[in-house]
Formats: sequence, C-alpha cells, structure tokens
Amino acid sequence: MPRIKVEVDGVTYEDDVEPRLLLVHYLRDRLGKVGTPIGCDTTNCGACTVLMDGLSVKSCSVLAVQADGRAITTIEGLGIDGQLHPMQQAFHEEHALQCGYCTPGMIMASLDLLRENADPSEDEIREGLEGNLCRCTGYQNIVRAVRRAADDMRGAAKEVTS
Amino acid sequence: MIPAEFSYVRPSTVDEAVAALSGAGEDAKVLAGGQSLMPLLRLRLALPEVLVDLDRVDEMREIRDEGDNVFIGAMATHYNVIRDPLVPALVAKTTATVADPAVRHRGTFGGSLAHADPAGDLPAVMLALDATMVARSPRGSRDIPAADFFVDYLTSALEPDELLVGVRVPKLGDDWGFHYEKFHRTAQSWAVVGVAAAVQRSNGTVGAARIGLTNMGPYPIRASAVESAASGGPASADAFRSAAEAAAEATDPPSDLNGSADYRRHLARVLTARALTAAATV
Ligand SMILES: Cc1cc2nc3c(=O)[nH]c(=O)nc-3n(C[C@H](O)[C@H](O)[C@H](O)COP(=O)(O)OP(=O)(O)OC[C@H]3O[C@@H](n4cnc5c(N)ncnc54)[C@H](O)[C@@H]3O)c2cc1C
Ligand code: FES
Ligand code: FES
Repeated sequence: MPRIKVEVDGVTYEDDVEPRLLLVHYLRDRLGKVGTPIGCDTTNCGACTVLMDGLSVKSCSVLAVQADGRAITTIEGLGIDGQLHPMQQAFHEEHALQCGYCTPGMIMASLDLLRENADPSEDEIREGLEGNLCRCTGYQNIVRAVRRAADDMRGAAKEVTS
Repeated sequence: MIPAEFSYVRPSTVDEAVAALSGAGEDAKVLAGGQSLMPLLRLRLALPEVLVDLDRVDEMREIRDEGDNVFIGAMATHYNVIRDPLVPALVAKTTATVADPAVRHRGTFGGSLAHADPAGDLPAVMLALDATMVARSPRGSRDIPAADFFVDYLTSALEPDELLVGVRVPKLGDDWGFHYEKFHRTAQSWAVVGVAAAVQRSNGTVGAARIGLTNMGPYPIRASAVESAASGGPASADAFRSAAEAAAEATDPPSDLNGSADYRRHLARVLTARALTAAATV
C-alpha cells in the first residue's frame, strides 16, 4: 500500500492508503473531517470542493495518493480560534444557505474565485461558481454573500497593509 | 461509489510512463487529470487493473514555442492553457468554455483529446487548426494528424500502449481571426453543438476558412462544404449566413435529452454563421 504524507488544514499526516481511496473519503473516514460532504458520483455538484496547493479541486475526483506531498485546505481549516472566516460569516449573515449541504463546497470555490479576482461582479461570481450546485437557495443570497465577503476581505487587507 | 481495486504506478518521466504502460498489459489505463476517468471508475464503468498516473510527469506539462508551431504538453491543465500567452487564441478561448474552475484546475489538454468525447470542445479546434498529435510507445514516437486522430465515439487512434505526449498546434498569421461558438443549456454543461472557426481575411474578402464542428457526429467533423463556399467570397455576415447553410452536410448528429438530430442540424447552421462572423470580426 502506498504511503502518503499530506498536510491538511495545517497539520501533517502520514498514512498508508489503498490506491483507490478517494481524497474525500480519506478526509472524512480517516481524518474525521466530515465538514466536506459528497453529493454525487459524477464530478458535477462541487459539494466536495477543497483547495489543493491553493487551487480548488473536487476531492471526489482526486485520489488520496495524488495528494501526497500536497497541502489541502478544507472548510474545517478556515476559522481561527473559533472565529468564522469572513466568507463563512458572510454566508451566515446573507442567509446564503438553507439545508447547508452545498455550503462547504460553495465557500471553498468562492475563496478560489477571490484569489483570482478580489472584486468580482455578480456575473463573474455566477461564472466562478458554475461548478457548484445548490438545490435550495436559488443562488441569489450566495452571490450576495460572496460580494459582501469580497468587500470585507479587501477592507481587512487594507487595514493590514496601511 | 468507491472504485474497484487497481494497482497504481506513478512515473516521473515520459520514458518511465511509456515503460509502465506497456509493462502493465491489456487492462492498464492512463490517469491524467481524472476529470473524466474518476467518475467512470466511481461508477465502475471503467475497471482497469493498473492506473499509470501522469500527475508527476512534469515534462509533459510544458508549453513551448517551436517556431511555426506551439507545442502543448498533454498534461498542461486547462487552467494553464488559458493563462499561457504562447497558446493560440482559439485554443485558449475555447478552453475557457470547458467545464468549471475546479475541473479546469485538474483536467488536462491531452486528456480531453485522448478521451475523444464527441461533446468535448477541444477536438473540433484541433481539427480546424490541423494540429498534430504526438504519441509515444515502446516502438518510438509517431505523429498523428488531427484528421486521423478522432476515430469513433470515445475512441482515438492511440494504441492501448501509446501515450499522447503533446500536440503541435500550427501558428496562423495576424490575418487570421478565430472564434468558438458554443451552445449549451446551463452553466458547466457540455456543448449541444459547438463550432470552431478560423478565418483569413484580406481586404474584405475571405482568403481561407476552417471550421470544426463539435457534437455533430461520433467524432468532430470538418465543415468542408462551408469552407469552400466561404473562401474567396466577401467577409460579410450575409455571405457567411448563406455559406453556413451547408454546415449540416455530411454530419451525423445524435438525438438525446439535449436536442434532436434535426435541432442540432439547425444549430450547426446558425452557430456556424455566428462563428464565421465573429472570427472575421465583421
Ligand atoms: C462537470 C464536468 C464538466 C465538463 N465539461 C466539459 C466541457 O464543457 N467541455 C469539454 O470539452 N470537457 C468537459 N469536461 C471534461 C474535461 O475537459 C476533462 O478534463 C477531460 O475530458 C479529460 O481530461 P482529464 O485530464 O481529466 O483526463 P482523464 O479523465 O484522466 O482521462 C480521460 C481518458 O483519456 C485517457 N488519457 C488521458 N491522458 C492521456 C494521455 N496523455 N495519453 C493517453 N491517454 C490519455 C485516459 O486513459 C482516459 O481514458 C467536463 C468534466 C466535468 C467533470
Ligand atoms: S461529490 Fe459531487 S463533485 Fe464531488
Ligand atoms: S443550501 Fe441546500 S443545497 Fe445549497
């Protein structure tokens, strides 16, 4: 069985894994990080989105062995000292979720979007999140939350640099 | 679902990958970005005994200038293809319409050609640009013109022990314009029909036109009748509309949930006129 060394949410793990083990199953079943859900078998829904070396990936479509030597960030790695990340806070305040199943993936994909475009328009947000499906909200409040988080995060960045 | 068991090899050079693939026998498969293969494994529609993972074959990710051509390594991700200034405009623009950001971070240029999905966007572009696929096997290196590469539904001309190493895409001069017109129903979706067009303009007339059609048959199809009708004529929207009347000739479009064959023939005509007009910027 191959042995992998992978950093997840800032902690390094070393594990023997079966080659067929999906990254999402490794996160959930081996590390107990059940914050990342699975919504489909076809790489369509985006519920399982995490960051791998800073880029969004659908963790149901990456093998755990492929994460060897990489750094993974899940929804569980965003908050600091019990404080929600500004993106999580914005989803909360804008009511950007109902059942919440899509939310971890939406938030990770939204962070990937802001990495490339700190001030996206509504259209750019919709396009940036096209790989993430929500059966509940109709997306309106999700778009609003990402706009709000973008403003908050740019505001915070200014405070730090000034 | 969980994929069936397989054994796993992770080469770090092309030579190692070729050796691993040929040594692994009949039931081996190459894993590139996994964005088409992983769902097939999870649904157990593919049951390989060995997976040869190209993820760490860095030399296959390279995109380089070769004078008259740009060589795009098979493992260049969609994400990198879109951002590399060397990549010809039609390829970059089309790749930006593929899937969604997370899929584009993993999915590869070569994977989307080797997979030979009739609804895939890049095969029609390779056909329109007369690109050359470069394959490697224990028997050596072989060039396969795009026109011979897409053989049938999900079937390329690659032998089971052959690796697609990269693609030589010819550079076209400044007098060429490009456009990919994709019709799809929702975000993230595959093309119902897509049209890749390259048009050479000189003083208001069309020097040459090249058109590749996506999803108008089991493999991408060159709209030769439209190309000859448009060539030598005026570069005007009217002329393109009448040339595009021939767009569905010699096609064999599927009927499925997204549209009937007749609807696709209609789309091919409309989208071809739009693609030519946009490519010629008239
Ligand atoms: C939600 C979703 C939406 C999508 N939408 C689109 C779309 O709109 N348009 C579009 O064109 N595509 C779309 N795709 C497909 C995407 O472009 C994939 O990246 C592509 O089809 C396969 O590339 P890959 O690198 O992931 O290959 P893999 O999935 O790893 O491999 C696919 C097949 O090709 C073979 N293969 C891969 N690389 C090589 C090689 N170098 N040599 C020999 N054989 C090789 C593999 O063995 C396998 O059989 C979508 C995918 C998803 C999940
Ligand atoms: S679980 Fe649906 S994309 Fe991963
Ligand atoms: S909140 Fe229920 S799926 Fe998005």
